[in-house]
Amino acid sequence: MALARKSITNLILLAFLIVSSAFAQEHHTNGEEQEEEYNPTEVIMHHIRDSHEFHIFGDISLGLPVILWTDNGLVTFISSEFQHDDAGQVIVERKGMKFARYHDEIYYAGSDGKLKFDDNHHPVADRPLNFSITKNVFTLFLAAAIMLLVFIPVANSYKRVRGAPKGLAGFIEPLILFVRNDIAIPNIGKKKYEKYMPYLLTVFFLIWFGNLFGLIPFFPFTGTLTNDIIFTGVLAVFTFLITAFSGNKHYWKHIFATPGVPKPLLLIMIPVEVLGMFTKPFALMVRLFANITAGHIVILSLFSLIFIFKTAAVAPVSIAFALFMFVLELLVAALQAYVFTLLSALFIGQAVEDHH
Amino acid sequence: MNITHPESLLFWTVLVFVILLVLLKKYAWSPILGAVKDRETSINDALAAAEEARKEMQNLKADNERILKEARAERDMLLKEAREMKEQIIADAKTEAQEQGNKIIAQAKSTIENEKKAALSELKNQVASLSLEIAEKVVKQEFSDKDKQLELVENMLGEAGTLN
Repeated sequence: MALARKSITNLILLAFLIVSSAFAQEHHTNGEEQEEEYNPTEVIMHHIRDSHEFHIFGDISLGLPVILWTDNGLVTFISSEFQHDDAGQVIVERKGMKFARYHDEIYYAGSDGKLKFDDNHHPVADRPLNFSITKNVFTLFLAAAIMLLVFIPVANSYKRVRGAPKGLAGFIEPLILFVRNDIAIPNIGKKKYEKYMPYLLTVFFLIWFGNLFGLIPFFPFTGTLTNDIIFTGVLAVFTFLITAFSGNKHYWKHIFATPGVPKPLLLIMIPVEVLGMFTKPFALMVRLFANITAGHIVILSLFSLIFIFKTAAVAPVSIAFALFMFVLELLVAALQAYVFTLLSALFIGQAVEDHH
Repeated sequence: MNITHPESLLFWTVLVFVILLVLLKKYAWSPILGAVKDRETSINDALAAAEEARKEMQNLKADNERILKEARAERDMLLKEAREMKEQIIADAKTEAQEQGNKIIAQAKSTIENEKKAALSELKNQVASLSLEIAEKVVKQEFSDKDKQLELVENMLGEAGTLN
């Protein structure tokens, strides 16, 4: 239900964004005297996309390491060398190669020191493999570091304290027990759940932390891991691989020779079941990505209203709604971590189930 | 939304996630889950032990009661036996005393009878000898003096009368 409502909100919002941006562009073309029209789509998309820089506030940005695997080997430099240029104008030269950045993608610039564009203003150039520490990668490192800093001391506290957990462990333990008792055991079963607990716990807390970081509006947070489809995709692939590799013969039999189905129907059933193997993790990937992204888009859109209407009078309304969305996002942050972990456990449970 | 340079996040996510998973598994999840499990087992064990102790206690109590009951029964039995024995002894003593008494009485009776017989036979002998003496004396007197003889007889007779 919540998911459905969320996606409806998302759709309405996207429609609103498209209309408003179209309106803005039209306005721009009509009134040449206006200097720069506010474009909410661009602002919002800029906020939620990955970047080579970490915007702190105002004009201050933190340059992040750019790591390129080029034709001539590894090239590294700090992204601030592009001087905030994102239009392919500033050229960085390394190992006799020239690089230019256009729309957050780093290309080989031509020997004349210019990035070539086609008629639609799309760059026509090759690009090196880019393993840069982008904003999302930075956030991933941060989340991983904080997880290690939180959970390892908690684990060590169990060596000292016998009996009831105290301090941070008293807060963390119920969450771990929740993952174990309400996610892993009911879905995977008491006999087999233990093997999958580390994965489920890691995924649960990484998603939750990743979601929460996006809601903290100052450096070094603000980056949201989970609004990148690559990140959610990797997690979904892990779930898929674990499911496929833990599948017992009942699981595969169910896919390739569904019991009780007439032979001719198997021609249809096998493709459907095989497709089902892939749609499940695909849904995992999209659900997490869409929920978090939608929440961010809604909050940013509400603030954009102030600039669209060009009056501070809208601010109280924006703030009230944004606050509501923010609180909702806090809930969604935990909820999506729960849903992802729950469904992962469910899929694993189906794969290792003994009998139907 | 355009996806730019997907390989960077893909690469780092896989790398960081795997490292994170391995580190957390080794240093966080295993110790925490182990400790939680140990604690749960120890709590369950303690509860089971308490239940066991409670049962044992009940058994002990039942045992005690049984032993007490047995002791009581034994005491009652002993008392009863003692009473019976006492009565037996008394009864035995009574019969014995009776017998002894009867025997003594019988002995006394027979002694008395014998004594009596002896006395009677002695009396008879005495009477006979006396009678002979009297008769002798009378005969002697008669031969000397008739009057004196008569007086003597009368004296003798008087003597005999007192003797008797």
